Amino acid sequence: MSTTIRSKELTKTYGDHNVVDRLDLDIAAGEVFGLLGPNGAGKTTTILMLLGLVEPTEGSIEVLGLDPRRNPLEVKRRVGYLPDAVGFYDTMTGRENLRFTARLNGLDDFEGQIESLLELVGLAEAADQAAGEYSRGMKQRLGVADALVKSPSVLILDEPTTAIDPEGVGEMLTLIQTLAKDEGVTVLLASHLLHQVQTVCDRVAIFVRGKVVAQGTPHELAKVDKSGRIKVEFRLGGDPASGRANLESVGTVTDVAPGRVPGSWVAELESGSLAPTVTSLVSNGADVIGVHRLDEDLESIYRRYFETREEATA
Amino acid sequence: MTDTIDDIASEDVPAVESPPGGWRAVAAKEVADHLLSGRFVVLMGVLGIATAAAVFAASGGLRDLGTDTEGITALFLKLFTVAADPVPQSLLFFVGFLAPLLGIMFGFDSVSGERSQGTLPRLLSQPIHRDEVILGKFVAGLAVVTIMLISLVLFVSGIGIFRLGVVPSPGEISRLAVWLVFTIIYVGFWLALATLCSVLAKRAATSVMIPVGIWLVLTVFGGFLISAAAGIISPRDGSEAGEAAYVSTVQSVSQLSPVTLYDLGSNVLLEPDSRVLLASGLVSVEQLDRALITELSLTQSLAVLWPQIAILLAMTSVMFALAYVSFMRDEVRA
Repeated sequence: MSTTIRSKELTKTYGDHNVVDRLDLDIAAGEVFGLLGPNGAGKTTTILMLLGLVEPTEGSIEVLGLDPRRNPLEVKRRVGYLPDAVGFYDTMTGRENLRFTARLNGLDDFEGQIESLLELVGLAEAADQAAGEYSRGMKQRLGVADALVKSPSVLILDEPTTAIDPEGVGEMLTLIQTLAKDEGVTVLLASHLLHQVQTVCDRVAIFVRGKVVAQGTPHELAKVDKSGRIKVEFRLGGDPASGRANLESVGTVTDVAPGRVPGSWVAELESGSLAPTVTSLVSNGADVIGVHRLDEDLESIYRRYFETREEATA
Repeated sequence: MTDTIDDIASEDVPAVESPPGGWRAVAAKEVADHLLSGRFVVLMGVLGIATAAAVFAASGGLRDLGTDTEGITALFLKLFTVAADPVPQSLLFFVGFLAPLLGIMFGFDSVSGERSQGTLPRLLSQPIHRDEVILGKFVAGLAVVTIMLISLVLFVSGIGIFRLGVVPSPGEISRLAVWLVFTIIYVGFWLALATLCSVLAKRAATSVMIPVGIWLVLTVFGGFLISAAAGIISPRDGSEAGEAAYVSTVQSVSQLSPVTLYDLGSNVLLEPDSRVLLASGLVSVEQLDRALITELSLTQSLAVLWPQIAILLAMTSVMFALAYVSFMRDEVRA
């Protein structure tokens, strides 16, 4: 597969702070790539550099084989962009807003295209209302239509699901997937709502403080497991001390420590020994209320990095 | 090796031109926005009331002169320049007073409005050059102001024909045409100033206050500031020579303010009477006396006035250049 978006050592510095720090990206044609990270990680800055709207401090970028610094117009002609917190001209209708975009792209015969895009994002009914009356979710859907007006080969979506209701999120993600699979559009999707978007991403990069901390398919990332051991939280009823003793008596268990609530214990087990451990606990007479894996699955990677990030910003 | 191939590949890409007239798409949208906006209606209303009041008073005053009007040169233009009871000022004064406001109102949110609506990143990610955005907005503002001023002139003509039965002569029409262009350049100065503020200020409230403040200071305290500055440069010592030096310094300093430049220029343009020209101090009695001219031709007026026109045009261009450069350098931030 050919590379559509590539960056090497991409760095953006504001003052003495590296917002994006030596970022290497390699996104293939037709791929849905998730740039996942907490707010303030540098996702939007990265996107603005890919579009040639922000000058990188260092490093190189290539989008569709073009350097956005030298050829910004051609990049902008072929890349559709949904900005974070997208806005529209309030006094113009949704349809008029799309027409304006079409004219800026030098398109001639765009009415049919606009109509079908409005259908696609479910705004056909509201198309002739002033955009100022749209809800945030409607604006976001109009934003997707707006990014598609130019029939782009690359679609860059910044937080496409933030303001959309849960039902709409599903539709949006299906739409993104369809565009990639059927139209061969390359999608770069930046979001902090990891659980929502990871399902449609072929690959994700977890992006924290300007750096990629993990990259791969969601499946690959879920398998990050260095020691061959897993962490499990057990909630046991009855007397806490006897619960702990009970747990420690099981052969597969090591390193029992108190959990988040009284009566819960975090223990390390050998990978794959969860079911036998629970069975022996129960047969020892323990009152098992809950079992929860804490090991390095994708979710815990997210949680770990994002909690660190929030502490840092707080 | 791959680097070489990459280099060749990107060199081969032809330079992509912006779709023809990207600025035109921007300008067309902006004109439609302005014409449908509340501020257009309000400004048109204020301008209309000022025009109607001033011209009705002036035409009444001129009619009272009765048959004496035959001796008056350029009677139609008098509708612009004469102030009569009960309106204290001429139409020319009102236009001069309101023109900056027109420029400010159509420029102050041209960029800050895009920012606050969240449309700027979307606009800048379209395949048009950045300068087409600012150019389109500036042209749109000027176009709307032109529409307003032309309808004002037509309105005055209607009143003139209806109340006085005077039809403008070709000479008067050409004076009015030049005056219109001069006024548009003047409004352009304020439009560019307001646009500059809208690029630099983060909020629309700030970007409207700065040009309005400058306008008020120059309009209300302009005369005082000019004489104060002139007094510092050439102090009045009571002697005849000192007084003459002071007067000429006042004249030079007043050319630094677009407000006084415009007032002077528009008076000379719409007053073919040479006495007005003398009162303006632009020419001396000796220069005029030789020919004993009473009514100047447009060419003669322009010959006197061209420095003022050039200075105003330069001020407007510089102001637009500042707005342009600051917009081009304005970085989109995440």
